[in-house]
Amino acid sequence: MRDGVNDFAIKLANVNGTGSASANGLLMQAIFRMGIPVSGKNLFPSNIQGLPTWYEIRVNKDGYTARSLDYDLMVAMNSQTYARDIGEVRKGGYLLYDSTWPLDAALVRDDVNFLGVPLAHLCNENFRDPRERILMKNIAYAGSLCAVLNVDMNIVGELLEQKYSSKKALRESNDRSLRLGYDYARDHFACPLPFHLETMNANSDKILIDGNTAIALGCVYAGATVAAWYPITPSTSAMDAFKMFCEKYRKDPETGKNNYIILQAEDELAAIGMVIGAGWNGARAFTSTAGPGISLMNELLGLAYYAEIPAVIIDVQRVGPSTGMPTRTQQGDVLECAYASHGDTKHILLFPCSPAECFEFAPKAFDLAERFQTPVFILTDLDIGMNDWVVPRLKWDDGYQPDRGRVLSAEEIEKITKFQRYTNEDENQVTPRTLPGVNSKGAFFTRGSGHNKYGGYTEMPDEYREVMDRLGRKFKASAKFVPAPVIQRRGGASFGVITLGGCDLAVREALDRLAEQGVLADFMRVRGFPFGESVQFFLDTHNFCFVVEQNRDAQLRSLLTLETSVPKEKLRSILVYGGFPLSAKHVTDGILKALGDAAKPLVTVPVPELQIEE
Amino acid sequence: MPSIAKPIATHPSLQRNELGMTIRDYEGAMSTLCAGCGHDSITAALVRVFWELATPPHMIAKLSGIGCSSKTPTYFVSGAHGFNSAHGRMPPIATGANAANRELIYIGISGDGDSLSIGLGHMCHAIRRNVRMVYVIENNGVYGLTKGQFSASADVGTKSKKGERNRMSPIDPVMLGLSIGATFIARSFSGDKEQLVPILKAAVAHRGFALIDVISPCVTFNDHEGSTKSYLYTRQHEFKALEADFVPPAGEVLANIGQNGAVNVTMHDGSVIRFKGVPPNYDPTDRVKVTAYLEEHQGKGEVVTGLLYVDENVPDLHEMNKSADVPLTRLPYEKLCPGSAALDKLQEDFR
Repeated sequence: MRDGVNDFAIKLANVNGTGSASANGLLMQAIFRMGIPVSGKNLFPSNIQGLPTWYEIRVNKDGYTARSLDYDLMVAMNSQTYARDIGEVRKGGYLLYDSTWPLDAALVRDDVNFLGVPLAHLCNENFRDPRERILMKNIAYAGSLCAVLNVDMNIVGELLEQKYSSKKALRESNDRSLRLGYDYARDHFACPLPFHLETMNANSDKILIDGNTAIALGCVYAGATVAAWYPITPSTSAMDAFKMFCEKYRKDPETGKNNYIILQAEDELAAIGMVIGAGWNGARAFTSTAGPGISLMNELLGLAYYAEIPAVIIDVQRVGPSTGMPTRTQQGDVLECAYASHGDTKHILLFPCSPAECFEFAPKAFDLAERFQTPVFILTDLDIGMNDWVVPRLKWDDGYQPDRGRVLSAEEIEKITKFQRYTNEDENQVTPRTLPGVNSKGAFFTRGSGHNKYGGYTEMPDEYREVMDRLGRKFKASAKFVPAPVIQRRGGASFGVITLGGCDLAVREALDRLAEQGVLADFMRVRGFPFGESVQFFLDTHNFCFVVEQNRDAQLRSLLTLETSVPKEKLRSILVYGGFPLSAKHVTDGILKALGDAAKPLVTVPVPELQIEE
Repeated sequence: MPSIAKPIATHPSLQRNELGMTIRDYEGAMSTLCAGCGHDSITAALVRVFWELATPPHMIAKLSGIGCSSKTPTYFVSGAHGFNSAHGRMPPIATGANAANRELIYIGISGDGDSLSIGLGHMCHAIRRNVRMVYVIENNGVYGLTKGQFSASADVGTKSKKGERNRMSPIDPVMLGLSIGATFIARSFSGDKEQLVPILKAAVAHRGFALIDVISPCVTFNDHEGSTKSYLYTRQHEFKALEADFVPPAGEVLANIGQNGAVNVTMHDGSVIRFKGVPPNYDPTDRVKVTAYLEEHQGKGEVVTGLLYVDENVPDLHEMNKSADVPLTRLPYEKLCPGSAALDKLQEDFR
């Protein structure tokens, strides 16, 4: 059992569509403002109203804020899932429930403390409108949590003030219901509980932001002017955010006109087509989508690859295959994106681990797309994209200038005797391009059909191969330009652990936990594909490595096996792919189980027997 | 698409347009389509149109999908950028291109397979967005490159070269366009350059999506007896609804406006489409009347041709989106990036 101050996890079980999200978000934000490292994970259904939804808050003074599977407190507000929810509370933990009605005796546990608050009763007595009674129950339990967890009520008051500054009546209702829950808890329970919050100062240089908002902001800063998309969970809020930021920053003060255009396409085939058309014309253009959208875009991604047209594709990954589980998280599109489209195609991929890297990688993706004249994918996921994360304040270098790659100006074209699209490659195998509307001497025919280096149609083996081979070399050359992996070595480590994207926090926490037990491992988080020399070096300098990722088929492991010289048997998989974010426990359990006897001599502290679960 | 460069031998007496260019300067590579293909006549009409309008070649962007029709952008205006994209996907690519740079003249060349089957949805949505472009469907009722399958525009009862009869009802791009709010709809016949050239010129002037369905017989797979898209059938059944003249902005508007059944439609750029001999009860700006008129004649088995419908009052893609008057591609980066101070300020909201 943890000592408790600023180190615990709570889970809130709700019915979706009842307004719980705002109460839960309020709590998370209040903890953030108390300066304490915190994370909030919304585990929501693909539904508008009536299905189970959970919210998890983990507080950790040392900054370990990956998902916890060990719940000190459960707020059980959903009778449908009550039996399951109560089973998840740790021994000696607490359960807060609505005691307006008696608890089913069969569901009571001896080793859990029950905190009954008559929430429905309190709200029915104090509010007349039926909808308000339901909504305010959430704020009332938030009030009770403030009491038992020692949440700073002044901060909660500030947050409500900001939120409802223009809606006085709502502000009053919220205040009243918060107070109802708070007072009841204070009068009936020993507040605060052994685990609770105390103000810290860990967040003064931090912000609270979700990855979709951050990536949209990154696209604005990158200078993207054309966005095309088809609505799809979990990427929709990225385009919503792009629109919001464009309305704020891209309305021309002189003309009142929009210095951007957002096209809601008829499908993802069209969305990527629009991006390619805009990229062909020289605009920075992007689309945001999820796995099903990538499946549809495959055809035209091959066109952009072969005709060498820049495009940026944001893939907020969700659980596949097929419709899968649209509101659950996964890293299942790695291989699909790496080799998207028929024939020989390979694409540059970026793997941000947090909203901060989403913002940072967006301009990078446009630079790479234009420098290498090719589609570039940013692979985030639902957990990064839709959950609020505490990350360092975003920084922008005002000296940044977009890398537009090799684009010939009218004057440069004028000097050329005859423009030949796929000749005159630079050291990165990139050939200069011309844009429509500039100079008729630069005109050529862009085509997805077989072409020679002059851009002309061909069906001749040598001519075809010449272009394809250069494309292969160009792809390899891009390895030096994608973000380098993050590597953390520990003296005496006997193996490596490799991961990507949103697994970062959980894996790093797991390696710290293992180190405490004497199991030492080096860490590498790959951030881009193609893999650079440092990835190969890490693989070469370890006898074996675990690859931690969130998909069934070990896609990162496959990609490493295919695209580096690592022997397959050197890589062992730890795969967690049920759809909820990764926890350190998944990783420690997986590694210890795989190490088996080999780990035992290294273990100095007894390791509890644990099952991998989600 | 294979192409053969044409020898450039220009006779000194060839007429020059106001840019000092001859009609040969608006040609492209040698066509590799079958001899007698209707598509080549459309190509010739386009060459004439752009030469007569004296359009600077680099201001034209030619886009196409896949199929025989989609090869033709190679055969006109070699000084313009071209994009031979993927089957059925030209409309979204043209939409994105237009979004990025509104100054170019976009000409999309498609076929009945490209536009009425694999890309039907895309075409419809480009119409709904009113993307400013000339959109030509070279319609022959048949898949040529894959050797003679029926397309979605094949009429009920028409016979394939192998003798099979089509049983499924056709998709008529003209009626479809009328039903989903197309703002410029014409039908023509590749064999009638006199009719096609003014229609294409008016389409270039149109502020929005100009849909032109051109019956373009396939001499190899769909020009036999029993076909309803053959040269002979089209000539026998063509019903010229109304003749249109295109008067450029600087041109002199004919004196007898409003007489002898003439109707003038002023285009956004000040040019005028002059409809001659308009039948009673026909108004090319009235969707309901046009629809009724077409249904009546098509019921009689007539292929109605001409510039059938125009609406100049619908905003195009950029007007609907209130996007900048200059091409987005020309906006300097400094105008696009809010900068670090704005970012610092914004982040106060993320606390």
